[in-house]
Amino acid sequence: MSDHSTNPSTLEEPNKELKELVKREYKEGFVTDIESDTFEPGLNEDIVRRISAKKGEPEFMLEYRLKAFRRWQKMKEPDWAHIDYPKIDFQDIAYYSAPKEMPKLNSLDEVDPKLLETYEKLGIPLEEQKMLANVAVDAVFDSVSVRTTFRETLSEAGVIFMPISEAVHEHPELIKQYLGSVVPTQDNYYAALNAAVFSDGSFVYIPKGVRCPMELSTYFRINEVNTGQFERTLIIADEGAYVSYLEGCTAPQRDENQLHAAVVELVAHKDAEIKYSTVQNWYPGDENGKGGIYNFVTKRGICKGDNSKISWTQVETGSAITWKYPSVVLQGDNSVGEFYSVALTHNKQQADTGTKMIHMGKNTSSTIISKGISAGHGQNAYRGLVKILKGADNARNFSQCDSLLMGDRCGAHTYPYVEVQNPSANLEHEATTSKISEDQLFYLMQRGLDEEAAVSMIVNGFCKEVFRELPMEFAVEAQKLLEISLEGAVG
Amino acid sequence: MLVVKDLHASVFGTPILKGLNLTVNAGEVHAIMGPNGAGKSTLSNVVAGRDGYEITSGSIEYFGKDLTELETEERACEGIFLAFQYPVEIPGVSNMAMLKAAVNSIRKYNGEDEMSAGDFLKLIREKAALVEMKQEFLKRSVNEGFSGGEKKRNEILQMAMLEPKLALLDETDSGLDIDALKIVSQGVNALRSPDRAMVVVTHYQRLLDHIVPDFVHVLADGKIVKSGDKSLALELEEKGYGWIEGLQEAS
Repeated sequence: MSDHSTNPSTLEEPNKELKELVKREYKEGFVTDIESDTFEPGLNEDIVRRISAKKGEPEFMLEYRLKAFRRWQKMKEPDWAHIDYPKIDFQDIAYYSAPKEMPKLNSLDEVDPKLLETYEKLGIPLEEQKMLANVAVDAVFDSVSVRTTFRETLSEAGVIFMPISEAVHEHPELIKQYLGSVVPTQDNYYAALNAAVFSDGSFVYIPKGVRCPMELSTYFRINEVNTGQFERTLIIADEGAYVSYLEGCTAPQRDENQLHAAVVELVAHKDAEIKYSTVQNWYPGDENGKGGIYNFVTKRGICKGDNSKISWTQVETGSAITWKYPSVVLQGDNSVGEFYSVALTHNKQQADTGTKMIHMGKNTSSTIISKGISAGHGQNAYRGLVKILKGADNARNFSQCDSLLMGDRCGAHTYPYVEVQNPSANLEHEATTSKISEDQLFYLMQRGLDEEAAVSMIVNGFCKEVFRELPMEFAVEAQKLLEISLEGAVG
Repeated sequence: MLVVKDLHASVFGTPILKGLNLTVNAGEVHAIMGPNGAGKSTLSNVVAGRDGYEITSGSIEYFGKDLTELETEERACEGIFLAFQYPVEIPGVSNMAMLKAAVNSIRKYNGEDEMSAGDFLKLIREKAALVEMKQEFLKRSVNEGFSGGEKKRNEILQMAMLEPKLALLDETDSGLDIDALKIVSQGVNALRSPDRAMVVVTHYQRLLDHIVPDFVHVLADGKIVKSGDKSLALELEEKGYGWIEGLQEAS
């Protein structure tokens, strides 16, 4: 990005060369100068009450938050993951931040031009997307949803797609029924924290028999110093419904660590299907790992009804720390769970990611395809659990975990756990670890490709089984991201 | 086209080539024969610019330019092609995608526009027929799960697509049955042209029944110890590589 002048703090930066370098290293690293209404750092019951009051929430939401907060206070931060980071001071984080004016908008003209500028820098002009890609975008900008497009088209189909803060008012019965039904408040430390202080996120409800007429997509963006982001997403596909949801993240460059602890819940009823795709590109920190995002996410879906299906696809290239295990509870008979993942760690990035497939219903099946790429000093761990409960007759699982190493200072780790309580289960597990070989590089370079193009081609080939699960425009973006993320990884 | 003078080269520190001289002109086909360890593959790799193959003295000129100043991919873009003895597998990358990237990378280097998808498809179909390769092979990952013969045919397909000026064929006949040998040789012969030179490295004379060379060189202990025409290959086959040791001592 060529223009940093919107950020006053970078103007004070004495070392121009350094600034140039920093810009080159992380192309999405910029901040937008919009006046914000931000709470002082710290977390206590009063803060939780103030968040709820800010949003004008009904009583049941305040109760929900307070219950979660009290649970969280008694919980301990988990330490079992293969990641290493300085202790987080949860009292040093501001738990609420919103652009001061929150206009209800009908067209792009009404949007703050600076916001639009930010979207342009990210390469996601909404207007163009509306016309070309037919994608409805609910843009979450610093915790508060600023605008929602396509709502009319969607409402004609009976689809509800709105910020969860609005859904709390407009569809309280659905929120009461489903919020926390897949990831309960006490599920884990970060989920409890999220339940107490979540800012905003998306709410999607697809009614019976409806195939959502377009891909749904949300762009997240962190934009305040020391403001933790606590997004909350809830997607419900009623009987026979289908929805494909895309989530993509980029974040501005920061010197201090930023905590991101989102919760995503998916509910698929009988014969319903939910496809959830993520391209995650939070700021990974500099080459020494300084300043990157800490990403502690709880994502879980439940195949509640028979013949339902939930599919997670993720491409994780960003964040200093990634702690994330999108999971599926296969409760309905014949239900299907899928997890396709590419996780890339470069420089000092650390990722501990994988999935849990919990088989409860009969004839349930799950597929896990995990591709880990480590470069520089990156540490990449796959952690997965396949659990077959007693009643899950004829359950099937296929797991494949492949690791690709670049250089000799990075690491790949695989922790596959299997618990089987039903003898009719059929499980397969394959794992490989490989290096990009000199032979492969020489072969491609002898055909006229330069080293970067050769590496990118080999890496994309390695990830192909995952990329082909992504919607077209995301697949292209994901390839581009990998290329950018691996710049300077060889040679 | 290619002038190699008094070339000494080491592979990861071990001297392999010890004063090799070779001149190749456009339109010529040269065969290089010799026992294992003589340096045949080293010569191809040095010319192609592989990492770890270091020139310690001597020179290689290509169209009058010092070849050693060019990077591996620049040499490829300047028209040097190596058909590998052991083509590597690249999982997840289709043959077609790899060739398209290669063709366009070379075109870009030479200041030409990228080839359109339609033209590329037409060209690759035409060239695939040359080595009797089925369409499905174009969609499969590069060399993954290919038999030995299929891999070698794939090398010739790539050569046909990239239209090099100088083609180095490194033991292209190894691992081929008679039928595959014929197909590969037909492909190579169809690519012979007055503008193109080929250097065919092989152990066996049988390849030279199909690809008839203009010159035959015998390489032993890092040097060319005897050069001649096609009859030299026959003589070598008859007398065996033991004969070469005698030649070496005499020289």
